Amino acid sequence: MSELITLTIDGVEIKAEKGTSILRAALENGIYIPHLCDHQDLTSVGICRVCLVEIEGRRPTVSCMTPVEEGMVVTTSSEELDMTRKVNMELLILHHDYDCQNCAKNSYCKLQELTRYVGIDEERISAMRAPALDFPIDDSNPYYQRDMNKCVLCGICVRTCEEIQGDECIDFAFRGIETRISVLGDKPIIDSTCVTCGECVSRCPVGALVPQKAIEPTYEVETVCPFCGCGCNILVGARGGKLVSSTAVEDSPVSGGSLCVKGRYGLSFVNSPERLTTPLIRRDGELVEASWEEAISLISEKLGQYKGDQFATIASAKCTVEDNYVLQKFTRAVMGTNNIDHCARL
Amino acid sequence: MAGLATTLGSGAMTNTIGEVSDSACIMAIGTSTTEAHPIIGYQVKKAVRRGAKLIVANPQEVPLVRFADLFLQIRPGSDVALLMGMARVIVEEGLHNQQYIEERTENFEAFKESLSEFSLDFVSDITGVPEEKIVEAARMYAQNSPASLLYCMGITQHSHGTDNVLALSNLALITGNLGNISGGVNPLRGQNNVQGACDMGSLPNVYTGYQKVEDEGARQKFEGSWKIELNPKPGLTHTEIFDAAYRNDVKALYLVGENPVLTEANASHSIEAMEKLEFFVVQDIFLNETAQKADVVLPAASFAEKNGTFVNTERRVQRVRKVIEPVGEAKPDWWIISAIANEMGAEGFAYNSAADIFREISAVTPSYAGITYERLEHGGIQWPCPAEDHPGTPVLHTEKFNTPSGKGKLMPLSYRPSEDCCDFDFPLILTTERSLYQFHSTMTRYSEGLDELSGGEHIKINPADAERMGIADGDLVKVKSRRGELEVKARITRRSQPGVAALSFHFAECPTNLLTSSALDPVAKTPETKVCAISIEKA
Repeated sequence: MSELITLTIDGVEIKAEKGTSILRAALENGIYIPHLCDHQDLTSVGICRVCLVEIEGRRPTVSCMTPVEEGMVVTTSSEELDMTRKVNMELLILHHDYDCQNCAKNSYCKLQELTRYVGIDEERISAMRAPALDFPIDDSNPYYQRDMNKCVLCGICVRTCEEIQGDECIDFAFRGIETRISVLGDKPIIDSTCVTCGECVSRCPVGALVPQKAIEPTYEVETVCPFCGCGCNILVGARGGKLVSSTAVEDSPVSGGSLCVKGRYGLSFVNSPERLTTPLIRRDGELVEASWEEAISLISEKLGQYKGDQFATIASAKCTVEDNYVLQKFTRAVMGTNNIDHCARL
Repeated sequence: MAGLATTLGSGAMTNTIGEVSDSACIMAIGTSTTEAHPIIGYQVKKAVRRGAKLIVANPQEVPLVRFADLFLQIRPGSDVALLMGMARVIVEEGLHNQQYIEERTENFEAFKESLSEFSLDFVSDITGVPEEKIVEAARMYAQNSPASLLYCMGITQHSHGTDNVLALSNLALITGNLGNISGGVNPLRGQNNVQGACDMGSLPNVYTGYQKVEDEGARQKFEGSWKIELNPKPGLTHTEIFDAAYRNDVKALYLVGENPVLTEANASHSIEAMEKLEFFVVQDIFLNETAQKADVVLPAASFAEKNGTFVNTERRVQRVRKVIEPVGEAKPDWWIISAIANEMGAEGFAYNSAADIFREISAVTPSYAGITYERLEHGGIQWPCPAEDHPGTPVLHTEKFNTPSGKGKLMPLSYRPSEDCCDFDFPLILTTERSLYQFHSTMTRYSEGLDELSGGEHIKINPADAERMGIADGDLVKVKSRRGELEVKARITRRSQPGVAALSFHFAECPTNLLTSSALDPVAKTPETKVCAISIEKA
């Protein structure tokens, strides 16, 4: 446990660990400071300038880049601060598309959260508004879409790719009003080194990076990813009896809130129309549909003739602990053999 | 897993995924971690950003190489030589941990003697790695503590896979890297619940928690619990089961959730074996290539349609929860087996839920004794967890090893070449690998989009070999081994070293395992799918 520091924010005394930024200390204590480019998993960079605060005895400063100090007295809102912050925010939304209802991030958008807090002066914005951006939408990746017209250049995706994924396949490109996030050679994302982990998509605060087919789930259940041996904790969303979403459990001790392409986007095999839905029995050389009663009585009658070492079971590392326990108990106790193995060696 | 069980007393990942990022040195051998275990790949890259040294040893130039301080592009099947060569450098230069060796290990002198075979020029000759790189790797691993060893199928899928694992355990033991945080010997398990299937005794020689079927005490305990007399003879392993079926010794097979038509080494032999079976039941979520050969096919519920637990590669038992109702008439696997057992008049299969079964597991499995569904509601627990007030065990062997003497056993080793050797007719070595975008053979093929990202199957050939054979990128080529042949497109890439080509085994269109060898490791009975002599010509 590291050292605790006491400070005051808006007259409220709070404690925070040494090294925490004022922004994170405030948020952890339920005090909202508007912010956009800061993310709990990433290095702070102070790009968006909307998390400005006043610290007694200093000029206004960005709270995401300032660590807490003993006895600090912080103010998050005053006439001067609010005005400065408003200008900073206006600069962020000058080019931004207003059509929120047609955006996949509607109601999850950090920019909406920000404008709700700061307030928009429609007349000032219209007067300053530059011609709309007209970047083509990049939908070359089967799982996510990039719309640079909605990008606010917070750099969260760039830092995610560098710090979480470690691949550094995207970065800021071009200058001035032309600045955008791009890949080497400004190609479609599918032609880059992107491995589609979706970490940037899950962290993008606006509608610039969104899943190709975003379907809002009716409910979500916490379970474990069915692919490799990592065993990442996932929240699986369902709607109408189908799986529609998968997101990382943020405080997962296994993954630390990350996922890979398979865990995030690869679960639709469950919904496949090719799934087996009834037992099948081979009759005259063809596998034909049968009832459970028929299948179970046929199997139990047949297996009764093969007890002992002429029988074997191949169990499955895809099935649960409970499935495997029952399988080996059946093989040993009912069939009387230890001929059971699974694909651990493959 | 047989290797670590001999030297340490437990064949599982000794440390925890979250510890990897705090290692001072990571040696990743026989694993393309960023592709096969992406989340552990993130941890490795994080460690590198924090200043850790990274050594990658692999026949293929895997993506992780980009982040490595040192890349050892070894010849397939030369791992023992490399690891013992490193051990010799460590001992000769006095970089070993003498105190740890004296206090916690045994057999050091015999082990030391066996190092004499592994002179630098011999090791360099076998591995194809320059001598100075072997020395550098040895120093890097020994001088940066804690050092973590990560390995996967590139180590185990050899006719000498157990020796490879023993060589890794030797390296960790002589440097004191077992029982420490962020060190250890860490096999990365391929499937979501391989660890759990092993823990549950879906193995021919053990009941749950690795209690041996040959051990009379263990057998009597299970006879008491299951109220029936049990067979004391260990059963057949995976590859042996198919061999026995081929000989008509095994006549009935019950196969769950697997597709050996694509994944079994020397697949045409296994396919013939399946065709000889008198009765063949397959239980799966898809009518895959194997299920199409069955007499009865049963529809199983997927992971999202049932309750239960999976155990991940770091021994963490975690709750799997039902999200949706099973499709059609599909049923959980445990329900199906129990229904058959009940129909056959067996006692002890009256389970109503996965929770019922887990209670029975905890009662008969000492390492699971303290794990309950109630506790798992608050997060996973790493076994061993012997009591309900025990927090679980993130790091194994902190005080002693689970061997009879409590000490870690150093193993003398000698180099054995792979069984499937190259000759004039089969001049190249084929090794198998995995794609980030696919998983084994079935599930991901039914998930929209993943095929598009993976770009289909290609045999990866070094530019020098391609030029000599007159093969261009994208050409269709015929690949032959001593067991089979297939056609596939060529991808010319430096990822493969000269003399070595690589294929994955995800695609039914390209059944790689028709080619591979089923030469078995004599102890672990793992087939040698990582080394297979082939020839390539334009189709």
